[in-house]
Amino acid sequence: MAAGVEPILEVCGLVKHYPLTRGVLIRKQVGAVKAVDGVDFSLGKGETLGIVGESGCGKSTVAKLLVRLERPTAGAVKYKGEDITVLSGRARKEVSRNIQMVFQDPYTSLNPRMTVGDIIGEPFEIHPGAAPKGDRRRRVRELLDVVGLNPEYINRYPHQFSGGQRQRIGIARGLALRPEVIVADEPVSALDVSVQAQVINLLDRLQSEFDLSYVFIAHDLSVVRHISDRVAVMYLGRIVETGRDTEIYDHPTHPYTQALLSAVPVPDPGARERRERIILTGDVPSPTNVPSGCRFRTRCWKAQERCAREVPLLAVPEAFRGTSGPAAHASACHFAEEAAPVPGKGSGPGRHGAPDPAPEKGNGPG
Amino acid sequence: MPEQPYEPERAIAGTGMGGTMDLGASEAVTLDRTPGGPAGPGPADRPRSLWSDAWRDLRRNPVFLVSGLIIVFLVFISLWPSAITSGSPFTCDLAKAQDGAQPGHPFGYDGQGCDVYTRTVYGARTSVTVGLCATLGVALTGSVLGGLAGWFGGPWDSVLSRITDVFFAIPVVLGGLVLLSVVTTNTVWPVVGFMVLLGWPQISRIARGSVITVKQNDYVQAARALGASDARILLRHIAPNAVAPVIVVATIALGTYISLEATLSYLGVGLKPPSISWGIDISAASPYLRNAPHALLWPSGALAVTVLAFIMLGDAVRDALDPKLR
Amino acid sequence: MLLEVRDLHVEFRTRDGIAHAVNGVSYSVEAGETLAVLGESGSGKSVTAQAVMGILDVPPGRITGGRILFRGQDLLKLKGEERRRIRGAEMAMIFQDALSALNPVLSVGDQLGEMFVVHRGMSRKDARARAVELMDRVRIPAAAQRVRDYPHQFSGGMRQRIMIAMALALEPALVIADEPTTALDVTVQAQVMDLLADLQREYRMGLTLITHDLGVVADVADKIAVMYAGRIVESAPVHDIYKAPAHPYTRGLLDSIPRLDRKGRELYAIKGLPPSLMAVPAGCSFNPRCPMAQDVCRTDEPPLYEVDQQRGSACHFWRECLHGRRG
Repeated sequence: MAAGVEPILEVCGLVKHYPLTRGVLIRKQVGAVKAVDGVDFSLGKGETLGIVGESGCGKSTVAKLLVRLERPTAGAVKYKGEDITVLSGRARKEVSRNIQMVFQDPYTSLNPRMTVGDIIGEPFEIHPGAAPKGDRRRRVRELLDVVGLNPEYINRYPHQFSGGQRQRIGIARGLALRPEVIVADEPVSALDVSVQAQVINLLDRLQSEFDLSYVFIAHDLSVVRHISDRVAVMYLGRIVETGRDTEIYDHPTHPYTQALLSAVPVPDPGARERRERIILTGDVPSPTNVPSGCRFRTRCWKAQERCAREVPLLAVPEAFRGTSGPAAHASACHFAEEAAPVPGKGSGPGRHGAPDPAPEKGNGPG
Repeated sequence: MPEQPYEPERAIAGTGMGGTMDLGASEAVTLDRTPGGPAGPGPADRPRSLWSDAWRDLRRNPVFLVSGLIIVFLVFISLWPSAITSGSPFTCDLAKAQDGAQPGHPFGYDGQGCDVYTRTVYGARTSVTVGLCATLGVALTGSVLGGLAGWFGGPWDSVLSRITDVFFAIPVVLGGLVLLSVVTTNTVWPVVGFMVLLGWPQISRIARGSVITVKQNDYVQAARALGASDARILLRHIAPNAVAPVIVVATIALGTYISLEATLSYLGVGLKPPSISWGIDISAASPYLRNAPHALLWPSGALAVTVLAFIMLGDAVRDALDPKLR
Repeated sequence: MLLEVRDLHVEFRTRDGIAHAVNGVSYSVEAGETLAVLGESGSGKSVTAQAVMGILDVPPGRITGGRILFRGQDLLKLKGEERRRIRGAEMAMIFQDALSALNPVLSVGDQLGEMFVVHRGMSRKDARARAVELMDRVRIPAAAQRVRDYPHQFSGGMRQRIMIAMALALEPALVIADEPTTALDVTVQAQVMDLLADLQREYRMGLTLITHDLGVVADVADKIAVMYAGRIVESAPVHDIYKAPAHPYTRGLLDSIPRLDRKGRELYAIKGLPPSLMAVPAGCSFNPRCPMAQDVCRTDEPPLYEVDQQRGSACHFWRECLHGRRG
């Protein structure tokens, strides 16, 4: 994001806790799933922010909070400086025109009992001001054309389309109201490899054509890298590292990012021997029972006492403050280092075998 | 629709990107197995909706046509029984009791010497009224209550679920004996009311489960993200997708209600003579099964055909409302 | 040769016609070797595996031709009982969705022990002890305590380990893993693939890895068979195929992966969609999507041409493709 430019979307201290209750008629709160636990970021106009993380890290909850499908427990989502989480009624509906979402699953995100024309036209019915009644059909056909589908398909039903085509329909619906921000939650992960590239290209083209800003959420690191200007890495409800794409991918300083990057399979069998992988032990702790201090310490090979005591802040680490290199970007680690020494086999919490850091309680919301 | 390769006329300029720009625009619809089917051969200008497509589909469905015809006929004779019978259901001649078919009396006579044909025709009104009204009442009450419980969840849902449990525990016949014995009017309405009272929990449970399943779909979230109101989401997205199991169970229940009326009448708490219904006739004829099976057969047959017609209708409607089956 | 599939044909009878899911697939796996079967959904990769395992749903599926030789013995000629004895003991399968592949009402110890009770006739107590041993071997922490837990009490990665433990319980000679890590997170995927590779080395199993992930393949496979529309379009040792693919489909797949050096530029995208299995195009099934397609591709189905001793490509223009010329 260029300095001095007012961000189009700004997220401050966003928190979403889902209460865990017990009892049938008299409900008692026995805990909370801390799906999102203090997230800050901003999005500039025409920019793409990629959010990566594993399931249960809270990235999908962030998406829902941005489009107000969920109400935050605390924090603010500011659209052009105005906090949209406190809006209601007409004002809230008005803002929803400008922030739209593209969903992950092209099979469940389209109503099977509506025609494609009705699905893409629904935004106009909800916001009658967006297009005059007589013009809506034409607009829908135009949208189909924009996303590369035959406008003649307007009367068909979703099941008559393949996954990639359905995702195009979902994108057309998201575009209908001419939003400025599109939140895409794993938009290509349900698609076949050969179709993924088509949809990524489409998103790329639409961005420059309509001057869109994207929040692009995915678990696939290479897809996020391809499409993003800046990247935020999430772990257990928090952003652990954020920066420009090259800063994150080529100069990661947070051990989690380093482990994540090293675990991605590379489509190059020649790299098999050269590559040194950091294999993390155990699973992500349950979001109901978050470790004290640094959340990642239970799986981190660098963890020391300080990590259990002090929560590391998301800021440029001391070691790189004052420098201007690519490593000088925000990283929430007490021991941030640019090139982490890969733990040797069998040393410390090494490759395998350490007990689970936290009791498992199935999968948290992801 | 013919598979025509489609090339977007709009040049995708201004992106400044090299390479081939194939949007996959010439993608063929993979499952297009119904040429000229739902999408139709005509111009795509006329907007279609689920309901108009369902209606198009139904008009061509023989199952719907046959069952619809039977139901129209039943409604017709319920309204104007005298149109197809000249006799009166009350002119009985004990001398002819249990006699078989005779000219002018194709169904024979029952145990009281009444004409079975006339009584079967006149009985349609009660049976069809009870069946239809009870089913409609049960389906509406059940799906509204169950649907709302599923939609809102939380304490609403817990309370409603417990209430349905309580109603499930009431034995139908015993409940009927107790509740209906205090009723003095001899119309179908107390019977219908009793059926709705005991029947709604069954539909409510199904509607609740169905709504909970549908509610989790992303398209509901998508509508909400567009700023859609709760009413819109319920009517446009939840209801059409949740209604199928309700239709199936309701149409099957319709037959049960017609027979339940018979049972209650037999026990003396439903309709009392001089009312006429298939139920009353079936129970009246059952002691003479050996000597005069025809007296039992004809009203039972009418009952069976009616129930079957409604089940077939329900099936056809359910299928028509599922675009995947077209 | 441990497993040899020869000219396998499988079709499905559906309401709308016959779907030709597998159209003449041949491949082989040797002991200690990893074969990756790569393909998109609908390519027939899972159906082939189900046919080999003998767990294909018949009907609607039907094996209409070919042979499946396991240690030289044609599995398709065996009777149900003989086939059953091989399954589990000699060849085992690991599924994608461990939660639905495990029985939710039995503890994992019971499910693991079951294998020993049924196939080896062990007592319950001995079987339980073996179950703990197995859980240890797949590196499940605190195995002795967790043996009584139910599948839902484990995380996704741990459940996949239990699946692997079940598959390896009787030390089979062949393991078929159908998208074993697709449902898992990247860091957990790395753990599980690592474990699988270690165990394979230890037991010298033949491993057939079915996947759509080009990255996973590059990490673990010895050789690859690329499937498209029920056929193998290219088969080669793993290093060769990534260096220079000899089929335009393989080339397209490799090119469509987002990469560092192509950032900011448009991704290469294979145009169109995979064909419906009800109506596979005449000639080469890839021809409508192929940038190199010529008239001959629309009329003649290409055989699997021999590129060299270890490689095959079902493309009329494999030479041009191999040397990097596209369309």
